[in-house]
Amino acid sequence: MTNIPETGRTPRVQIRLVVIQILVLSLLGTLGGRLWYLQIREGAEYAKEASGNHVQQVVEPAVRGSILDARGVPLADNETRLVVSASRTDLLKQKDDGKAVLAKLASVLGLSAEEVEQKVRLCDAKTPQPCWNGSPYQPIPITDEATAKQALQIRERAEDFPGITAEPEAVRRYPAPGKSNTAQVLGYLSPVTDEELTKAQDTDSPFLRSDQVGRSGLERQYDKVLRGKAGVTRYEVDNLGRVIGEAEADAAQPGSNLVTSIDARVQRVAEYELNEAMKEARKQHDRNTNENYKADSGAVVVMEAKTGRIVAMASNPTYDPNAWVGGISAKDYKTLTGKASNYPLLNRAIQGQSAPGSTFKVISTAGAVEAGYDFNGRYPCTSSYSVGGQVFKNFESENFGPISLGRALEVSCDTVFYGLAHKEWQKDGGIKPKNPNDYFFKAAHQFGLGKETGIDLPNEVTGRVPDRQWKQSYWDANKDAWCKSGKKDGSYVEKIAYENCLEGNRMRAGDEINYSIGQGDTLVTPIQMATIYAAISNGGTLYDPTVGKAIVSADGKTVDEIEPTSHGKLPISKTTLSQMDEALAGVATRGTAAWRFAQVGWPQDKIPMHAKTGTAEVYGKQTTSWFTTYTKDYAVVMTISQGGTGSGASGPAVRNIYDALYGVSDDGTIDKSKALLPAPQASLPKIQTDGTIKSPKVSKDPAKEQRVSQEGAPEPDETQAAGTVQQNTSTNRDTRRRRRRRGSRRMCT
Amino acid sequence: MSGANGFSVSGYGPERAGWTRVFARDSLARRLDWPILMSAIALSLIGSLLVYSATRNRTEINQGDPYYFFVRHLMNTGIGMCLMIGTIWLGHRTLRNAVPVLYGLSLMGILAVLTPLGSTVNGAHSWIVIGGGFSLQPSEFVKITIILGMAMLLAARVDAGDKLYPDQRTVLQALGLAAIPMLIVMLMPDLGSVMVMVIIVLGVLLASGASNRWVFGLLGAGAAGAVAVWQLHILDDYQIARFAAFANPSLDPAGVGYNTNQARIAIGSGGLTGAGLFHGSQTTGQFVPEQQTDFVFTVAGEELGFMGAGLIIVLLGVILWRASRIARETTELYGTIVAAGIVAWFAFQSFENIGMTLGIMPVTGLPLPFVSYGGTSMFAVWVALGLLQSIRVQRPMSA
Repeated sequence: MTNIPETGRTPRVQIRLVVIQILVLSLLGTLGGRLWYLQIREGAEYAKEASGNHVQQVVEPAVRGSILDARGVPLADNETRLVVSASRTDLLKQKDDGKAVLAKLASVLGLSAEEVEQKVRLCDAKTPQPCWNGSPYQPIPITDEATAKQALQIRERAEDFPGITAEPEAVRRYPAPGKSNTAQVLGYLSPVTDEELTKAQDTDSPFLRSDQVGRSGLERQYDKVLRGKAGVTRYEVDNLGRVIGEAEADAAQPGSNLVTSIDARVQRVAEYELNEAMKEARKQHDRNTNENYKADSGAVVVMEAKTGRIVAMASNPTYDPNAWVGGISAKDYKTLTGKASNYPLLNRAIQGQSAPGSTFKVISTAGAVEAGYDFNGRYPCTSSYSVGGQVFKNFESENFGPISLGRALEVSCDTVFYGLAHKEWQKDGGIKPKNPNDYFFKAAHQFGLGKETGIDLPNEVTGRVPDRQWKQSYWDANKDAWCKSGKKDGSYVEKIAYENCLEGNRMRAGDEINYSIGQGDTLVTPIQMATIYAAISNGGTLYDPTVGKAIVSADGKTVDEIEPTSHGKLPISKTTLSQMDEALAGVATRGTAAWRFAQVGWPQDKIPMHAKTGTAEVYGKQTTSWFTTYTKDYAVVMTISQGGTGSGASGPAVRNIYDALYGVSDDGTIDKSKALLPAPQASLPKIQTDGTIKSPKVSKDPAKEQRVSQEGAPEPDETQAAGTVQQNTSTNRDTRRRRRRRGSRRMCT
Repeated sequence: MSGANGFSVSGYGPERAGWTRVFARDSLARRLDWPILMSAIALSLIGSLLVYSATRNRTEINQGDPYYFFVRHLMNTGIGMCLMIGTIWLGHRTLRNAVPVLYGLSLMGILAVLTPLGSTVNGAHSWIVIGGGFSLQPSEFVKITIILGMAMLLAARVDAGDKLYPDQRTVLQALGLAAIPMLIVMLMPDLGSVMVMVIIVLGVLLASGASNRWVFGLLGAGAAGAVAVWQLHILDDYQIARFAAFANPSLDPAGVGYNTNQARIAIGSGGLTGAGLFHGSQTTGQFVPEQQTDFVFTVAGEELGFMGAGLIIVLLGVILWRASRIARETTELYGTIVAAGIVAWFAFQSFENIGMTLGIMPVTGLPLPFVSYGGTSMFAVWVALGLLQSIRVQRPMSA
């Protein structure tokens, strides 16, 4: 400014020059500020974007581990299929974006050119399925059902098919050795969802877009170990996708193999026998409902008594797990999950719950002993028991006179337990309890009822012990509905609702009486009963049931055994236990199950059999058949919903399972060479370092062979099944009753 | 320095200056504006590194020689410096007398572009290929011609002492002089250069002391012109698309917004100190198009970070600051106008170029002075620098 006079410049120009200068500097200041904003404030954000820009991942999926049976026979493995894939980056380098190559490929594969192009296009908001929703740098599979000839055509003329590969790839398979199906135990896989992808993003085992995830059963429970770790190679690429460097490469780690305690042959026998028993039950007439038994579902569990390991677990109805491989069709999905499906996906052994009926009496017995009643005391087994005008009948109104608790178990006398339960109820204060002891309820909890057994399968249900606490919470939840619909002089349902409204939160005499024989609101699962009877067999330890026995790495080098763990001891003394054990053996020799064992050639002296039958009533439905048995090595529990009586419907099947395990013929001779598993499989199968597994051959159908060997009949299927069952059931409800005199039905009104 | 009147008329004019006297006290070399010169040299050298970093892997354009652009950038800088020395030697006043010749040559040059001699690069038909891998962009020299021509007309009567400010007729003549080449350049179409020229005209008018009416009138006309251009669809689709992408870069990240997006990612990822020269992944991966020319600033942003990119802005600031001082301190209105025109030119071109890489200005094809690769623009800015030096050196000769 001091220059103005010297330059002789007018102030206007001078001022404007200063304005220009300031303007110019503020422009530069703006740039500086914006630069600071981008680089310093938002820098990290952009750095992230930049790294995503030029690093691309190529994923090599890990081979999923196999699920093996106890001897190494694969229950779930992978089969090699020829997969033809296209590399988008290679296709886009071609002049017509690979259109000609895809058209040629389509003609080789016998597909339409349009179909192939749709598979290769990338998914976005505007593109409908089919489209590829994986990384564009990943080879896009066009078919996984290429024939060897097609693959050869593509590979031999590689120059004609730039960007196209035909490679063998591993696809999940459920081989069903010896026709064993094991569907609900194995579970199934389905593609990973977006939600799971984002959720697992920052964990140590992130999913890949192409991953299949275990959805139920062992596939879900052991998903992480089976899945392994995908190999990821990160390439630095330029803006045209050209690779300019390999950043890092992690080799794929194949998933570990899961060795289970399942024996495929026993599994097959169990499944077959369960199905046969249900088929047979449907031929039987139910006097109460005046129609044939529905036998709508059933389950059987074969457990190692000393470890809790599952040798076989079958659930019926069932399905073919291979339906899920390669994506389930809408039709299949509907058959599996629709309303009309009867839900074959459910594993009834752990997810089916019903009243246990008389199989519950071991718990009542334990409760009674705990309450101070002498095991060998004398308790009246009258034909009925009356409380406040209500009459609780013994099964078939039989009268055995005064008998011990052991005998009450053998003959399954209800009135003995009614009396004890009623007495205890009165001691506890009746309808207005004062510090109740609740011995019977406490025993149920101590036996592990009302909570999961902890089996290594997902979504196990708890069952229910209808104790005071439960009654209160149930009443709280339902009293409004009851009080609304209840009528003092209405129908049966209305009367019940009326009573429940008044005192449904209280433990009434009838509640405890019903409960003492496993009726009323009591619910158990087959796996709980198996755990309990296995505990009685092994001296009192309640093991967490396990299907997984060991996790063996793909190269067989690291073996991680899954040790049996227990969740408690039975609340009974050694003496009581042996007394109970003896009584349960009595059931098989002279009690309600004798006509399934001792009376039909069971070598009780060589293989002591213990059993308990149960026939549970369900309001509005046919009776549930329960049959709980054990030897020194195994516990076998079977239940059939709406299937009839315990020993009647389930008896032959359980017997046949034991016959198969021990190689017992109908006449009682034991043929060790025919025994499938006379003692639990102790050793683990060997897995070689190259991943191959040495496993014995499983015959085409162990269940049928077993029946053939027993009967010696060339076509065992029909004759045998019919024979065994007919003999004992249909013709002969009467015979049976006569012979045995006590089935296992109780009344509970 | 403010005691400029301490210098009396002397024999130090460039015409008579001998190289022997270059380093003598009060010599030409001593009177040069060194901060401007050093900044310009520094920018050119930084530019050569950035250009090298951006092109060493681009085999499709560097003829297989990673140093191809590096060497040429240095050569251009050298030629530019020679042109600067020549300009100082001739002096801005000599060039004033040569304006008619320069004007004629410039017009011929840009007209030649419209003939089949011209070729199109990136949608702008503004190049003349002169063979041997060389091509010229005559519009760069038009900028100098406009500055010199307008300054000559506007300052003539004021410097002669006849008037205090240029009268209306002179202003009209000056505007007419500028309008003709601008129209031709617009036909190429080279929108970016036209924008620079409009700003130059504005700066020149401001510095000349022309009435405010002219200044605001021109601003209004510029705005009206912009609307007209838009409405009459004179712009090509690609130009409209660039503006649309500027307004909303996320509009189409794979298409029009791609440049802006990638440029911003490159700069943003640089952080404080950058990825290190030659270590920018955006640059190595060639995600930013035209990175050695119009988007050269992104290389600095990514590889040199806030420190390096900021340094470029500071160096440009030094040049503009000193140039403004030269405009203020020279006694002759002619020199003032020339200097102010150059300031307007450099300032706008730098702001537009850096601003578009930072996403605050629309994308147009303008080089960053001294830093961007490109012969013609390099020559033009060094000539302009020569003019600035000449004005400063010759200051004492006035009055």
